[in-house]
Amino acid sequence: MLNTQLVLAAEGAPNPVVPHLSEIILGFVAFLLLLWVLRKFAVPRFEKLYEERTAKIEGGIEKAEKAQAEAEQALEQYKAQLAEARTEAAKIRDDARLEAEQIKEELRADAQEEARRIVAQGEAQLQAQRAQIVAELRAELGRNSIELASRIVGEALEDEARRRGTVDRFLAELEASGNGAAGARN
Amino acid sequence: MGALVLAQGDEFVAPGAKDFNLGPIFGEGTFVTKPMVLAVLAAVIVGAFFLLATRNLKIVPNRFQFAAESIYDFGRNNIAREQIGAKDFRPFVPLILALFSFILVNNIFGIIPVIQFPVMSHIGFPLALSVLVVYPVYHYVGFKRHGFVGYLKKETVPAGAPGFILPLLTPIEFLQKFLINPITLALRVFAAMFAGHLLLLVFTLGGEYLLLEASAALKPVSVVSFAFAIILTFLEALIQVLQAYIFALLSANYIGAALAAEH
Repeated sequence: MLNTQLVLAAEGAPNPVVPHLSEIILGFVAFLLLLWVLRKFAVPRFEKLYEERTAKIEGGIEKAEKAQAEAEQALEQYKAQLAEARTEAAKIRDDARLEAEQIKEELRADAQEEARRIVAQGEAQLQAQRAQIVAELRAELGRNSIELASRIVGEALEDEARRRGTVDRFLAELEASGNGAAGARN
Repeated sequence: MGALVLAQGDEFVAPGAKDFNLGPIFGEGTFVTKPMVLAVLAAVIVGAFFLLATRNLKIVPNRFQFAAESIYDFGRNNIAREQIGAKDFRPFVPLILALFSFILVNNIFGIIPVIQFPVMSHIGFPLALSVLVVYPVYHYVGFKRHGFVGYLKKETVPAGAPGFILPLLTPIEFLQKFLINPITLALRVFAAMFAGHLLLLVFTLGGEYLLLEASAALKPVSVVSFAFAIILTFLEALIQVLQAYIFALLSANYIGAALAAEH
């Protein structure tokens, strides 16, 4: 309302709502020239820059993702290798334990065998010595007996054949009685 | 301008539409006026700014390039892409950017010292932009996309409207799309600039008159008048940016609506 009053009050002044043709034409041409400049130079340059920037950022992201994937792959590989090494170590340990067990067993068997062998040898030796001693004793005893007998009897038993027969008979009797006593003892 | 008003005598003459009629600046007989020079200057400033800013663009921008990119982004993403849609907006980016920056500079002229004249307060300039540029563009792309009949039908017969209301609705829609929209688009920025400049004139000239011509008791009141002029200058700055934004926004909106599949 204020505006209309002011407009009406200004007598003789041109109506501000009626455009000047020269201004329309000038405004139109000036704007078209500006539009042409922006369309031809400014906007394509900006759009090119944006594309480059997008490409650069996307490239960077892609590179980072690739690096991450590679790192993950390496990690997986190391983990797998570690697991493999662990399994192998465990296997080696088991094998070693098994082997040790086996060696121990073998050693024990050998030792037992040896012991048995030594014991057997000792027994055989003892048997042999005993037999020898028995034989020696038997000869000594025979001689001593004859000595004693000849002394007691007072006469020399000159007949070798007879003497041998007598002594052997005596010893056989002695042995028979001794065996009977030993069997009773056993 | 103020001197002219005061020269008429001691009586205060309120500024009016006549103050917008500045006359030829190169003397009588020539027809070049101040707004005409300013409009050309605005086109040169905007063009030079963007040419200079885009001469050597870097992926990592410096401060000047960042400022230019911000303005470009505003026109491109906030206005064109928002209103027209991500699919179709690219061809219209130069138009929207040119509209926004050209009108913005022309408006800002209104508060730049010495220049102090909003070019868009002369209705010829906004009319040229809306009727000769925006209007043909949005109807052209509309007809091109939907065909002559298809576009007319889409624009004047809103989908979902009941049949009996169409005789009333169709003429209204037609008037709005083909006659009123381009006029209001121009009127909006014209009226805002005209009224704003007039307000500044009133308070500035009023203060001047109070200071120079009024009685001693009233002279201090001129301080209030000047203070208002300064406050209103800030308000004007806001409105000038806003009107440039609205003009570009509505232009993009009309284009988007013309391209859209459904009304």
